[in-house]
Amino acid sequence: MKYFYYPGCSLEGTAQEYSLSTTALLAALGGEIEELPDWNCCGATAAESVSRLLCLALPARNLALAEKAVPGQDILVPCSACYLNMRRAWDKVRHDPATRSQINQTLEEEGLAVSGSTKVRHLLDVLCLDFGADAVFKRLQRSLAGLVVAPYYGCQCLRPYPVFDDPEAPSCMEPLIQATGAKVHPWSMGAVCCGASHMTTKKEVGLALVGEILDDAKGADVIVTVCPMCQMNLEAHQKKISRQRGKDLSISILYLPQLLGMALGLPEKDLGLKLNLGIAPGFMEKLRSPLMASKTKKADAA
Amino acid sequence: MIPEERPFVAPDKYHELEGVQKMLAACIQCGTCSGSCPNAFAMDVTPRTLWRMVLRGEKEAIFATRTFILCSSCYSCTLRCPRGLPLTEAMGALKQIASREGLAPYKASTRFYASFLDSVRRHGRVREGEMMSLYFMSMKNPLLPLQFASLGMKLMLKGKVGAPFPTRGKRPLEALFNKVMQLEKNP
Ligand code: SF4
Ligand code: SF4
Repeated sequence: MKYFYYPGCSLEGTAQEYSLSTTALLAALGGEIEELPDWNCCGATAAESVSRLLCLALPARNLALAEKAVPGQDILVPCSACYLNMRRAWDKVRHDPATRSQINQTLEEEGLAVSGSTKVRHLLDVLCLDFGADAVFKRLQRSLAGLVVAPYYGCQCLRPYPVFDDPEAPSCMEPLIQATGAKVHPWSMGAVCCGASHMTTKKEVGLALVGEILDDAKGADVIVTVCPMCQMNLEAHQKKISRQRGKDLSISILYLPQLLGMALGLPEKDLGLKLNLGIAPGFMEKLRSPLMASKTKKADAA
Repeated sequence: MIPEERPFVAPDKYHELEGVQKMLAACIQCGTCSGSCPNAFAMDVTPRTLWRMVLRGEKEAIFATRTFILCSSCYSCTLRCPRGLPLTEAMGALKQIASREGLAPYKASTRFYASFLDSVRRHGRVREGEMMSLYFMSMKNPLLPLQFASLGMKLMLKGKVGAPFPTRGKRPLEALFNKVMQLEKNP
């Protein structure tokens, strides 16, 4: 399976570990990726708050680049905000001819055009539907039994486009987590908003939203995420929220491919585990359960 | 990119509200949107009430609320609205008016959007360090950077943010940005 890889701006900066672990995990699962050449920012949530056309034209340029380079090759996107923007542009290009022609006028000068022939896929979609829990289970090198994992989906990977799971009560991460031997934390906050960029511009509101999520995660060892904005909101303000609420709400936050990568026995350095901001004391020791002896031998023999 | 600050929407720009009214024409005021909104607790006016204000054309009142600027684009209301209305897009359209008009009450948000897009326009991709300093400069509040100092420190120590100074480059998206502005002026 080969994909264009669209890392997006965060994965080049504050979310490097998401990019490292995504790349490492896909390689281990036998997926092939090729970075989309010359990609540009999708506009994040800023463009939709400033201009309707800009918020379509920026992501559409990436679609056009992919269509031109290798027709029909899916684009894999790990960031939920980038995914939504690209998916929305794709949707408008396919279903709204007037908008498509406007978009194409913005791309003309560069000699680009978009037709909507290339599909945009979220990393979680690809992990669940193209690879699946079996692929993880078959390659398991380390059982994560004993860990309790809270799957956090956030908003934009399933809303407003519920392509690969139920947008109200998503569950597609559960088989992947269970394949590692870990338990799934039962909670109701998996698809509730973390506040997105509120943490920068309306901090008190952001802190309140994240506080509710951290509170409901009590009992889990780790929350796993599939979006750099969710990750940063959940991991970076735990001390302040704990102080505000008068209780310790610190908890480790990992990207899903970091957790799966550990289960597959990938080197910690390849998963960027030193770059995370929120790792609770004692958690790494738990995560580093011994590699399975029989499997290690098999791998050595192979 | 950053417009002059103004206290009110210029009267000749109110026609932009008509587009939002069209999006909401079928609203039956059931309140599902308000009940679904994770930010409703912080809003002064619920989404349902805001839609009523929009439909009645109560312009001053709409741009005195903080409701639309508190929308975090979670799409819960859009998904649940029994009339299938594009509610997140409608919130976005109100943000766009506030951005274009540079309305004073919303500048903490609109200047953030503008700084972000400024960085994108310069380089094709956003540089987080640069974007934040553009934001601080545009807010002209010397104390603001302190709020972000501890997170900025953490990110710096992990080697996650680069130079906080705006740098020059080849501006790869200039044609696209110009065309967008031209088309939005004369569609
Ligand atoms: S959910 Fe839809 S129909 Fe009901 S009040 Fe909100 S916008 Fe109107
Ligand atoms: S999309 Fe915006 S208005 Fe709608 S429920 Fe989410 S935060 Fe509230």
